[in-house]
Amino acid sequence: MHIVVPIKLVPDLAEELEVDASGTALDTEWLRYRTNEFDDHALEEALQLREVSGGTVTAIALDAEEADKSLYTAAAKGADRLIKITGAGEKPSSHATARAFADAIAGLDADLVLTGVQAVDDRDGQNAVLIGRYMDIPHVSVVTGVSIQGDTALVHKEYAGGAMGEFEVTLPAVLGIQAARETPRYAPVGKVRRAMRSATIEELASSGTAEAGSSVTRMFRPEKGQGAKMLTGSADAIADQLITIMRDNGVNL
Amino acid sequence: MSADVFIVTEHLGGSLDDVTFELLGKGRDLATSTGGQLVAVLMGSGAEGLAAELGAADRVLYVDHPALADFNPATHGAALAAVVGERSPQIVLVGNTSMGMDLAAALSVDADLPLIAYATGVEHGADGLTVTSQLYAGKMHVESRPTGGRCIISVMAGSFDGSAGRGGGSPEVESYAAPASIESSRVRFVRLMEPEAGDVDITQSDILVSIGRGIQSEDNIPMAQELADALGGAVSASRPIIDNKWLPKTRQVGKSGVKVKPRLYLALGISGAPEHWEGMKDSQLIIAVNTDPNAPIFDFAHYGVTEDIFEVMPALTARVT
Ligand SMILES: Cc1cc2nc3c(=O)[nH]c(=O)nc-3n(C[C@H](O)[C@H](O)[C@H](O)COP(=O)(O)OP(=O)(O)OC[C@H]3O[C@@H](n4cnc5c(N)ncnc54)[C@H](O)[C@@H]3O)c2cc1C
Ligand SMILES: Nc1ncnc2c1ncn2[C@@H]1O[C@H](COP(=O)(O)O)[C@@H](O)[C@H]1O
Repeated sequence: MHIVVPIKLVPDLAEELEVDASGTALDTEWLRYRTNEFDDHALEEALQLREVSGGTVTAIALDAEEADKSLYTAAAKGADRLIKITGAGEKPSSHATARAFADAIAGLDADLVLTGVQAVDDRDGQNAVLIGRYMDIPHVSVVTGVSIQGDTALVHKEYAGGAMGEFEVTLPAVLGIQAARETPRYAPVGKVRRAMRSATIEELASSGTAEAGSSVTRMFRPEKGQGAKMLTGSADAIADQLITIMRDNGVNL
Repeated sequence: MSADVFIVTEHLGGSLDDVTFELLGKGRDLATSTGGQLVAVLMGSGAEGLAAELGAADRVLYVDHPALADFNPATHGAALAAVVGERSPQIVLVGNTSMGMDLAAALSVDADLPLIAYATGVEHGADGLTVTSQLYAGKMHVESRPTGGRCIISVMAGSFDGSAGRGGGSPEVESYAAPASIESSRVRFVRLMEPEAGDVDITQSDILVSIGRGIQSEDNIPMAQELADALGGAVSASRPIIDNKWLPKTRQVGKSGVKVKPRLYLALGISGAPEHWEGMKDSQLIIAVNTDPNAPIFDFAHYGVTEDIFEVMPALTARVT
């Protein structure tokens, strides 16, 4: 069983986001990048599946800021093989990203591709589904449960209200992971440092490209105009105000 | 290309999802502007009865096949690709739902059409289409325009008025033959698993004390429970709390959880991601406590506090016990 986990680097939302001078993109000067949180779930699920079914887990990322760190972190968590795809350009669209992943993965003899259900920046679609169609392998997205049975995967796809669809999927396939069976493991800094010394990142040159087919004409912060009325003061003063507001709004206390 | 606007209907367990009516309402405006028809694509098996509820459309394209009886990313994807490939609508609206996420991006590759995702606004005018999307977990909005005239748009549920898409006349129903390829699909539907009941029903609670990742640890949940008890409400949560197994799935508010409309929704340490917003935006009074002044929750809460929840929770509890 060879499980490939495509990882996307995305802006860290804990930092303040600013629009750049063009008015159509994020100002990258103060941005910090991190692994898409759903890709962490995909990696965790891959590692869990390997424990049950054996095999190898390959983490793959496009060359970008923090890509090496993200890959070494994957190694520290247990990934067997690390690959970086070079030459896919700066800030590729979702389509271009998925195309680069699909072309690279096509040469890896993967049985299963697990990636995050979505990322905070995928304006033109989600990685898992796009990779699936570019590779012409089946896809299921919004997945919270995976088990392998021979050459098929039994997959749970989540709908609203906690309902789930169960599907049997012929491998190879790509799944958009919403949540791993366990909370994604944490790699301590020391372990990541050791991985940086012992693991190697293979490089693969990107081949095909794809277009988003649309362009951004404006990026802006949501208007704060009709936003919340902000309360200030000590915790006690705030609590007093909140109780009054609740009562004034008919909340029965 | 035609000037038609297609909307992809969504149904589960025999009933249409609310997002279908939102798409119909928005699609109506768009079709008026493009000068085309509003066409609802309905896929299922013995589901033609649902067409009666799609009266806001000019026409229903109904694809009937046993392999479409239950939603299946592969069979529904292939059927949709066939319909759109042949009829060449100008605009295709899909819900950015669990089903829609499997369909929209696939259709974009199969029909070689651009996709603009996470849409909360769609306008069509003399100079073409402008789509507003919610990105970065709601912290930024972007306007995009397709390069050519045609586009697939996946719409965040809750963005448009659903009442505009209900009612209307009795649309013409045209049967459309499913492509033969769906008979040997590599994805097979096995069963639908309904959620387990038994726990507190948060949709019935007038007061919700809702906790997010800001609660930091399972050990802090009793502090929220104490506040909920004092207020006479229940504890609900955002998705990460449920993924961590700190609370049962029945307590999850949002896209893949439940929709709630309490009199008071107290959001504690919740950032207000679009998937969370979908589930609680109709609450009567939303009060948010979050240390990050740029948290999107403050864009739609009625009152906001940028304080530590561990200060505010006990202060509130003390006042109502
Ligand atoms: C298909 C799909 C479906 C989804 N369905 C749902 C769903 O049904 N429900 C849902 O909630 N999410 C859902 N999500 C996930 C959603 O995208 C977000 O990841 C999630 O809502 C974030 O939860 P959060 O706000 O608790 O966490 P975060 O976004 O991490 O926010 C935590 C917040 O707490 C604040 N904070 C931290 N410490 C403190 C403190 N001491 N005092 C005050 N504030 C503090 C921080 O400033 C931050 O804003 C879904 C995602 C996908 C892809
Ligand atoms: N969205 C789609 N998802 C899966 N298969 C599709 C889709 N669109 C077209 N197909 C095609 O439908 C046929 C059957 O696909 P499958 O069910 O995956 O074996 C194949 O030729 C696929 O390429």
